[in-house]
Amino acid sequence: MNLIKYLLVGFVFGVVLTKAEAVSWYRIYEMFQFDSFHMYGIIMTAIITGVIGIQIIKRFNIKDIKGFLIEILGKERGTFRYWIGGLIFGLGWALVGSCPGPIYILIGAGFMSVGFVLFGALFGTFIYGYFKDKLPH
Amino acid sequence: MNFLTQTWHWSISGFLIGMVMLCLIYFGKNFGMSTNLRTLCSLTGIGKRVSFFNWDWKSQRWNLVVVAGAMVGGYVAVHFLSNATNVSINPFTILKLQKLGIDAPNGKLIPDAIFGSDIFYSPKKIFLLVFGGFLIGFGSRYAGGCTSGHAISGLSNFQFPSLKAVIGFFIGGLIMVNFIFPLIF
Repeated sequence: MNLIKYLLVGFVFGVVLTKAEAVSWYRIYEMFQFDSFHMYGIIMTAIITGVIGIQIIKRFNIKDIKGFLIEILGKERGTFRYWIGGLIFGLGWALVGSCPGPIYILIGAGFMSVGFVLFGALFGTFIYGYFKDKLPH
Repeated sequence: MNFLTQTWHWSISGFLIGMVMLCLIYFGKNFGMSTNLRTLCSLTGIGKRVSFFNWDWKSQRWNLVVVAGAMVGGYVAVHFLSNATNVSINPFTILKLQKLGIDAPNGKLIPDAIFGSDIFYSPKKIFLLVFGGFLIGFGSRYAGGCTSGHAISGLSNFQFPSLKAVIGFFIGGLIMVNFIFPLIF
């Protein structure tokens, strides 16, 4: 029963990303061509909503569903990993027009060829894990 | 029903994505989709050999449930909430795509030239999809997150490392569409 709320949140996420067309290869291409405000609007509105929500959580010491004080962990320090990792991710994002969320969503929607992308993404994750200690972070 | 089947406005979509993240925070979790790739790798038991996959992945089961929900959501949205006017991108963008030999959307979410059933006969196109996925999987783990973890969650919490990653995402994306696309399409 505990897991149903995650299923519901995931469901909303899948519907919204599809109906916003954030799962569309075309929208990602259009974004990187600066031909439309659509994707920028989505990302910025999501961030503004998040900023307001997180500020409310912090100012009013909101507790989570189990009654624990919510603490949001900061990201690790680092430079190289963020620039280079980010750049590599961006190359892939623009090529196949989907980030990890949309990969699952498109497969769920029945676009079977996206399975190749998922396979590649799992392989890429594995290769990162294998060489992690040899990479500069 | 028209308001459901048309393309959802960016402000409504963005607000709902922000709320998805806040819901997960309220549940005591965090919003990050690429972590599931690590969890799925770990499910195979590879953690016995590669220490990166030897972690408490069972604590991430909830995240796989989010993924399952998202897949159902995608199915419902595509099969019951779509119409032919969807994905009306900028006409200039369609002209640029024409030059690359990529078909216009006409209501489709993804182009046949890259994802259509013909690609099963083209090793080059299969390679491009696998390679693109590889860059996404490798890059998101190297950077410690993807669009959900860095662009939405990280920037919402004013994380400087996330800003570096997001700028990296855009540099990579611009290099791909402007310099690499003309070479591969």
